[in-house]
Amino acid sequence: MLAYIIRRIFILVPTLLGVSLIVFFMLRLTPGDPAELMLGERATEESLHQVREHLGLNEPLHVQYGMFMKRLMKGDLGETIFTRQKVWTEIKHRFPATLELSVCALFISCFVGIILGIISATKQYSVFDYLSMLGALTGVSMPIFWLGLVLMLIFSVNLGWLPISGRLSVLIDLEVVTNFYVLDSIITKNWVALKDSIWHLIMPAVTLSTIPTAIIARMTRSSMLEVLKQDYIKTAMAKGLSKFKVVYKHALRNALIPVVTTIGLQFGVLLCGAILTETIFAWPGVGKWMYDAVMQRDYMVIQGGTLIIATIFIMINLFVDLLYAVINPKISIK
Amino acid sequence: MKKIGIFLTLFMFLFSGSVLAAPKAGGTFVFGRGGDSVGLDPAYETDGNSFMVCDNIFEALVSYKDESTALEPGLAESWDIAADGLTYTFHLRKGVKFHDGTPFNANAVVFSIGRMMKEKNVKFVGKGFDIPKQDRTPEYWVSMEMDTTIGSIEATGEYTVVFKLKRVEAPFLANMGMDFADIISPTAFLSNPKEFLRQPVGTGPFKFVSWVKDDKIVLEKFKEYWDKTGGPYFDKVIFRAIPENSVRFLELKTGSINVCQFPNPADIPLAKKDKNLQLIAQPGMNVGYLSFNHTKEPWKSNLHLRKAIAHALNRQAIVDNIYQGMGQIAKNPIPPTMWGYNKSIPGYAFDVELAKQELEKAGFKDGKGLGEITLWSMPVPRPYNPEGLKVGVAMISNLAKIGIKARIVSYDWGTYLKKQREQPDDMDLFQLGWTGDNGDPDNFLAVLFDGLASPSIRTQWHNQEYHNLIVKGKTTIDQAERTKIYEKALQVIFDQVGTIPIAHSTVIWPTTKNVMNFKLHPTGSVRLKNVSFK
Repeated sequence: MLAYIIRRIFILVPTLLGVSLIVFFMLRLTPGDPAELMLGERATEESLHQVREHLGLNEPLHVQYGMFMKRLMKGDLGETIFTRQKVWTEIKHRFPATLELSVCALFISCFVGIILGIISATKQYSVFDYLSMLGALTGVSMPIFWLGLVLMLIFSVNLGWLPISGRLSVLIDLEVVTNFYVLDSIITKNWVALKDSIWHLIMPAVTLSTIPTAIIARMTRSSMLEVLKQDYIKTAMAKGLSKFKVVYKHALRNALIPVVTTIGLQFGVLLCGAILTETIFAWPGVGKWMYDAVMQRDYMVIQGGTLIIATIFIMINLFVDLLYAVINPKISIK
Repeated sequence: MKKIGIFLTLFMFLFSGSVLAAPKAGGTFVFGRGGDSVGLDPAYETDGNSFMVCDNIFEALVSYKDESTALEPGLAESWDIAADGLTYTFHLRKGVKFHDGTPFNANAVVFSIGRMMKEKNVKFVGKGFDIPKQDRTPEYWVSMEMDTTIGSIEATGEYTVVFKLKRVEAPFLANMGMDFADIISPTAFLSNPKEFLRQPVGTGPFKFVSWVKDDKIVLEKFKEYWDKTGGPYFDKVIFRAIPENSVRFLELKTGSINVCQFPNPADIPLAKKDKNLQLIAQPGMNVGYLSFNHTKEPWKSNLHLRKAIAHALNRQAIVDNIYQGMGQIAKNPIPPTMWGYNKSIPGYAFDVELAKQELEKAGFKDGKGLGEITLWSMPVPRPYNPEGLKVGVAMISNLAKIGIKARIVSYDWGTYLKKQREQPDDMDLFQLGWTGDNGDPDNFLAVLFDGLASPSIRTQWHNQEYHNLIVKGKTTIDQAERTKIYEKALQVIFDQVGTIPIAHSTVIWPTTKNVMNFKLHPTGSVRLKNVSFK
């Protein structure tokens, strides 16, 4: 097992090298450069040249890539072009926000998705099955943007139950320790901030969870249906076991394998794909940051951010692979 | 009759509380805006979201008046200009402190401005400071050509600074009021130069407290602020980033923010109806224009053709439907609020018949012989033009009515800017615009249209008479005389159709009703010193 993990971690190196190469050169092939966008209408050849010189963009491409790799070897992702801050520091500030939101959304998705999937499978072609699968279809196709605004109008503007946007009310002070606000509120025993940060989390997490919930529900249903048709389930039923026991003890474990894969993939998607949710809810996370960087051609942010996200993606995949063995001991990892 | 008059006055006094109410000290003011600041070192920033925070932390030697770009004393109490226009002596205000407690003096001025110079020709009084090498380009300094303007900066006394110029530059004083010329605390800067943009220290009415990236910047009242007249009134000011316009407006409606920057035009009527909100409007100091590729024929020398295009455009329809009323037709390529504006210029009337006649005179009757022309349009909203592509489409249908076939060309913003500057052969007409920096007509008329001055001027319109006037305007110090020069230059550009000004946009921001004295400045700066709650 340990050897397997080490081997997988070693595979990280060529993968990341590939990612860095592709991202670096694709970015340079994209038209428009940061100096031009920085200066806008007032750009002159002279000012452009000066800015490019300062940013090191006048160097040949291979030299720029070499410099980037050299820094990377020392664990330095470089400095952002616009905010002149270490890329790593920027990520450290933003990633906890995204992770907090994604974990919450994933938790909702798993809880709701798996339960819906199981009930639909066990009551196939019933009204509940049709309704929940219709719900899943709606969930997948619902525009996040629209959903977010509708939730705001109902729960914030009309009912006044939840705050509209942000991570914490501006008038509440919170001593930041880990940048996970819920955790920080607990650590610093700031119960006002705890309630406020949880209240702020609800709407964005629900909005973000709609698509993964739908996907997980559909996956659970189809996987469950397949397992329920197998002989060993029939045997278990014939033995006289309760339906509950058969479903949750015998069928679910086997049915969960593809579901876990889906959950893993969805988590990766959530981590880097929360751009819309983060934009609507003014959530200061990684998604919006990366999107802005692409629009402004902040090469350093895109390069650094992509490498970090790629690493996390690979780690999640590894974690999912390890989880298979836990769920089903028949699968051994070598 | 007299009694009724007194009674009415008393009545108005009692019931117009909102107008006459005294400003209330205290409270937290939350400013909702579309994005976060990039950095807070005024010398190196280029974006409005950074400058609006700097506007409250820092001050410059001269300052713009509340609602115009007329100059008034800032950190300099007064100034003398030598007869030859080459030496400016600033007499500084005494008793001013930076937020870190260090005193403001001539050395701070020499340091703040001197650090941007390419060749640091500066002199301190007494010990002075070492100016570290800058690791960024001070973009505004470079684009305002300050290195070719300023020869040396010298502190001649504790409160006197002398700027020696290399050439007579009439807009110099106005430039000194811009954000890049703000005065910073040298002590704070030198204690950690790399972090100064995240921990700014100035002399302004509010001091920096904290910054949560992409979320909020918190400032608090600077109790030792030198100007004891008026504010600062708020205890705290918070700039909150809420990227989505409709969400920002919802936050305003629920009262969680006090101002909503750049709302969707569709939300303006809603704000008007809401009894808890008020609208603040200000014509922007900008212009959106359509120009020609003056580097090639037929545009270069066919005046009738340029006139035909100018009269074919229905600019009123563009302002009504695309600017959605948040703008006004431009008659001159400078905004009407700016001095030097030529009121006698009528603007190009929308007249299809006249346009057709001009086209015939140009030798392209009904567009024959012109072929399909290209109309370059911006892919992104700009302060002077909310939707370049839609404006382009409207123009194409206008041109079709006189027989000219045109098609839209657009690229991503960075590429658009780059290619446009190269004046490529496949570009016939192009849209662009400008937002003024310092309220000086030179900042529009020279940088945008005087193609003879430099190949990097975007319109590349070459007209000797115009060029001579612009040079004269730049080197004349007397404003009355300059006004006449610019009025003449505007007449030349109108007669020769060097460019077709389209519109000036109007900025309208809703605020909560309890906000008092909030004014929008033509330069786009946000100054909260005298703003308070009712």
